[in-house]
Amino acid sequence: MTLLDVENLWVKFPSRQGVFEAVRGVSFTLGRERLAIVGESGSGKSMTGRAILQLIRPPGIVTADQVSLEGVNLMQKTEREMRDVRGKRVSMVMQDPKFSLNPVMTIGQQIIEAYRLHNKASKSIAYEKALSMLEAVSIRDPKRVMRAYPHEMSGGMGQRIMIAMMLIPSPEILIADEPTSALDVSVQRQVLSIIDTLVTDRGMGLIFISHDLNLVADFCDRVLIMYSGRIVEVCDAKNLHEAKHPYTRGLLNSLPRLNAPRKKLDVLSRDPAWSEAPSVSGRV
Amino acid sequence: MAMIGLWILILLVMIAVGAPLLAPHDPFAQELGNRLQPLWSEGHILGTDSLGRDLLSRLIYGSRITLYIVGLVALIAPITGLLVGTVAGYVGGWTDQVLMRITDIFLAFPRLVLALAFVAALGAGIENAVLAISLTAWPPYARIARAETLTIRSSDYISAIQLQGAGAMRIITKHIWPLCISSLIVRVTLDMAGIILAAAGLGFLGLGAQPPSPEWGAMISEGRRFILDHWWVAAVPGMAIFTVSLAFNLLGDGLRDVLDPKDSEK
Amino acid sequence: MTMLTIENLCVWFGGGRDRVDAVRQASFNVKRGASFGLVGESGSGKSTILRAIMGLAPNWSGRISVDGQPVTKKRQKAFYKTVQMVFQDPYASLHPRHSVDQVLSETLHLQGFRNIDARVVKLLDDVGLGGKFRFRYPHQLSGGQRQRVAIARSLAAEPSILLLDEPTSALDVSVQAEILNLLTDLRSEQNLTYVMVSHDLSVVGHMCEQLAVMKDGEIVEIMDVETLRNAQARHSYSRELLAASI
Repeated sequence: MTLLDVENLWVKFPSRQGVFEAVRGVSFTLGRERLAIVGESGSGKSMTGRAILQLIRPPGIVTADQVSLEGVNLMQKTEREMRDVRGKRVSMVMQDPKFSLNPVMTIGQQIIEAYRLHNKASKSIAYEKALSMLEAVSIRDPKRVMRAYPHEMSGGMGQRIMIAMMLIPSPEILIADEPTSALDVSVQRQVLSIIDTLVTDRGMGLIFISHDLNLVADFCDRVLIMYSGRIVEVCDAKNLHEAKHPYTRGLLNSLPRLNAPRKKLDVLSRDPAWSEAPSVSGRV
Repeated sequence: MAMIGLWILILLVMIAVGAPLLAPHDPFAQELGNRLQPLWSEGHILGTDSLGRDLLSRLIYGSRITLYIVGLVALIAPITGLLVGTVAGYVGGWTDQVLMRITDIFLAFPRLVLALAFVAALGAGIENAVLAISLTAWPPYARIARAETLTIRSSDYISAIQLQGAGAMRIITKHIWPLCISSLIVRVTLDMAGIILAAAGLGFLGLGAQPPSPEWGAMISEGRRFILDHWWVAAVPGMAIFTVSLAFNLLGDGLRDVLDPKDSEK
Repeated sequence: MTMLTIENLCVWFGGGRDRVDAVRQASFNVKRGASFGLVGESGSGKSTILRAIMGLAPNWSGRISVDGQPVTKKRQKAFYKTVQMVFQDPYASLHPRHSVDQVLSETLHLQGFRNIDARVVKLLDDVGLGGKFRFRYPHQLSGGQRQRVAIARSLAAEPSILLLDEPTSALDVSVQAEILNLLTDLRSEQNLTYVMVSHDLSVVGHMCEQLAVMKDGEIVEIMDVETLRNAQARHSYSRELLAASI
């Protein structure tokens, strides 16, 4: 069943040098699956995630034929209505927990605030909910963490806390924007498996934005590859290594590989035709 | 709004430069028969003061004095502050402690009190007034410069040039100063209003420019006695001070918008 | 022919009760012309070792020898002619108000060269940047271009050893490939010795012949890249790291 339907999404930024088009005609659907949006910096992948949540402020201009959450077009909602959607129905986890957690509030205060924003609950009920959420993200001493401040947490802990906070209102869709890029390799696995469990258990849809092709090949179900604001290829994650588009192949080949040593890495030569060609549709 | 400030200041500079051409009368010429003439009098648009001197001409020549004082302080204070602040911030240790404590000492003095003390010791006059104001004006610049230096000091590009064997002098002058300049410029323009008021205050107390010099603060002092019946003698120079201070504030605001965001962007 | 020797290196920050030991008893050798990798997670001390070698870490003990000569507490100018460093973040390693030409000219001047103009041209050429980049400012350059300028700067002194602190971590995958290829070329053209820090095992596997795995300030294992590829790492932590990277 389709949770999110995005059709012909454009994000433009007018500037003194002309209009900069960050996202150009992107279309895709999301079901109860894990969808990856992969690209390099400047490909428009983060902008796509933000546009879905209507987080792009003027002078940015967002237009789309539709951005429908279970049939309701989010493009037509007012800011007030969107506030009900954000967090409650669609949530977002960002890259660096250092920058997304409020440094002057304890973690407990922030999670409780997040919960009470969407649920009429007393502080004690919210506290219990927060504790159970922290346990769900494998934090062993939740009471101590509730009293602590964000700067006392390591990167991995911070990210798990972010996930706890973002999932406490039980949203239907989670957008994760490079959630593991700032983390050490061993912690990445942990955080990914937590996201995996939660998403599967709750039947959520997941949009996973990343620059790491290998990571998403392992973790996600479907992959959209973006370049210069457009989707250049759509494929199933398990078939990623047989991708056909020259850009995807170029990216795959320019990665150094432990088990396939080469003297020199293949360098991607960008063909201007890739950004001219129309966006491939990711709609199912 | 910043442009309005800029235009006013450009006007001020033009008036100061063109004073001999613009002033209708000699600012020192007394006409005791024509004392305390009101605004729009014959031959005296802004009236005359208690000695019959044309207020407009005195205002015009007074702009030179204002610019002189403001210009000197605007050079001495930030440059001193930059030197002290960057050296303290970069070298650290005892040098930092000593320099910053000296800065604190000067920061503790209220501007006019120190100026009074200075002038009492050295005698009244414009140069001493400038010195006195500069002595109280430089500490904030030292603080700003030091804070910027501390941030910059740990950057990779400073490490990189240290690894090429650069000495402290080179790093401070060629690498740190260029990055401090914009915040200092913003601070200077915003400080100007205060400096003008301080100069006028000293003039008002008789400690700055001496009579018959047409310094605006001294003019207000002279006009104090007549404020009830002949208000313009004090009000006219007061308006001039107000306008110029406002102009500097507007310009400073605008400069901050232009210079600071780029700096914080990195 | 050993180019760099590190023996029982300890680096710490703070003192007394607040002392933090960033590096504990690290020892390794790097031969001339070789490429040695230091891998580990954040906080393992790998970057700190590089900074200690360069003289950017205030408190250290142990022995560091370059080309047979032990280094002194305060580095001599001759040291900087032999060893240079490329920093991790290309967005922070170039002075925002200096043009590329100024950066390179100043470096050449400090190193005592005379024919600065010709050398600037050659350096830019060596790193694959044309003359048109010479008078640009950092904000007009992409991440990859800035890193090339940083590499050019480090080569200005004609060093024998280059310390590379995660040179491609902040760059896109395709740009990383270009920079890694450039580094490979430079190493063979100028017979340089590399010590490269990275958290990415595949990058280290591509660039280095030998590597040391670090955890919490200690070197837990030193191995050849072949051992790494064949997944024959001996220490349990190395195995963990390897498993997480594939």
